[in-house]
Amino acid sequence: MGLLDQRFENGNIVVTSVENLLNWARLSSLWQMQFGLACCAIEMMAASASNFDIMRFGVIPRATPRQSDVMIVAGTVTLKMASRIKRLYDQMSEPRYVISMGSCSNCGGPYWEHGYHVLKGVDRVIPVDVYVPGCPPRPEALLEGIMKLQEKVKKESLVRKSA
Amino acid sequence: MLTDFGRILIFILLGAVFVAGGFFASWLLRPRRPYAEKLSTYECGEEPVGNAWIRFNIRFYVIALIFLIFDVEAVFLFPWALVFRKMGMPAFAEMAVFLLILVVGFVHVWAKGDLDWDKPRPVVPTLERRPPAREPAPPRMAELPLT
Amino acid sequence: MSPQEIHDNLKAKFGSDVAEAKLDAPQPWIRIEPDKVEGVARFLRDEPVFQFDYLSCLSGVDYNDGRLGVVYHLCSTTLKHSIVLKAICTKEQPHVQTVSAVWGTANWHEREAFDMIGIRFDGHPDLRRILCPDDWEGHPLRKDYKVPEFYDGMRVPY
Repeated sequence: MGLLDQRFENGNIVVTSVENLLNWARLSSLWQMQFGLACCAIEMMAASASNFDIMRFGVIPRATPRQSDVMIVAGTVTLKMASRIKRLYDQMSEPRYVISMGSCSNCGGPYWEHGYHVLKGVDRVIPVDVYVPGCPPRPEALLEGIMKLQEKVKKESLVRKSA
Repeated sequence: MLTDFGRILIFILLGAVFVAGGFFASWLLRPRRPYAEKLSTYECGEEPVGNAWIRFNIRFYVIALIFLIFDVEAVFLFPWALVFRKMGMPAFAEMAVFLLILVVGFVHVWAKGDLDWDKPRPVVPTLERRPPAREPAPPRMAELPLT
Repeated sequence: MSPQEIHDNLKAKFGSDVAEAKLDAPQPWIRIEPDKVEGVARFLRDEPVFQFDYLSCLSGVDYNDGRLGVVYHLCSTTLKHSIVLKAICTKEQPHVQTVSAVWGTANWHEREAFDMIGIRFDGHPDLRRILCPDDWEGHPLRKDYKVPEFYDGMRVPY
């Protein structure tokens, strides 16, 4: 456990200020581990390009899990790929989040009925924070997903959760 | 009150404190939850196979060594350039001798091929499958009998 | 060359190895015995009247009546004609000769036919699964294939 991470019994003005600072810093620089697998990757690329510009939210693509905060799983997850996704999610450092982009990684997508090698939803192997629906979702939908994740990060706290 | 070197020392110390302070603050604030899979070696999602220490081509070492030598030469050029105007011809002659010695070395390294990144290795092409039969090409002009 | 001429030429050379043919179909096809395919393929590639130097597709088929087949689409880049060959075997004896020594592209296509339909190619240098993982069980594109319940700890059906 880090020196400050979830160590406090109840909050006070100092803890709340540090929390706000930390959360603001974390949500403004959500470095993404781009995981473009199929067609949703094209929409993710479009979101990174100049017209929609995901970088203005602080989201920089890093290809390695060690330096990234959020993993955007964009595209169909096959069973062969799923074990790699699990290993890469394990290698990300906290605080880490997952955005599942598109129908295939939400629930198996159009392959839900007959896909013999498709994982019906990436949440069968890793915990997902935000689901972005669409086939593929428009870049604005992905940007809304990032904003929802930012709202989630804003609510995080250093105070230990009690029952 | 403080010498020039003293000022540089203060500058170095403040720089070190700044960097160390950043590391210390992040050590205080970050979560630390290690477990076996997280600490495993990164190999693009696969199980890591083989040794991380591999043999690599010696050309990296050769280029680094040559760079080091000529970089030191460049470092010697800078203070000379500052006082060269005042000192006139003798300074020029000395530096020309120094550069000449190093140019001889440079030409040797170049001619030996140590600066080539890719060294060509002759490969004799072989045809594995017989191409399908075609009618023979017409004779070239040089092969026609002289009339 | 017309498909009829190709069929006659092959029949004259190989006799009973060339089984039936359907030459009035939109893509005329000739069936070859599955254990004689390589000889016929090499003849088609090397003979000057044929020169079928381009295997444009090799597909595995499950006919749903106990037979498995391989369909070869051949083209000639020089003489500009094309033909379809079929090699049909049974599910109990799913063996067909390989043509990967004749056309190099057949190597991966035959691996795919093996992976998806389960046809074993005799003489193939490297017959293993190409699309599914190496420890996958079954051949997915067969008509009687059942999706497995679990693979590697993950539940497969929806």
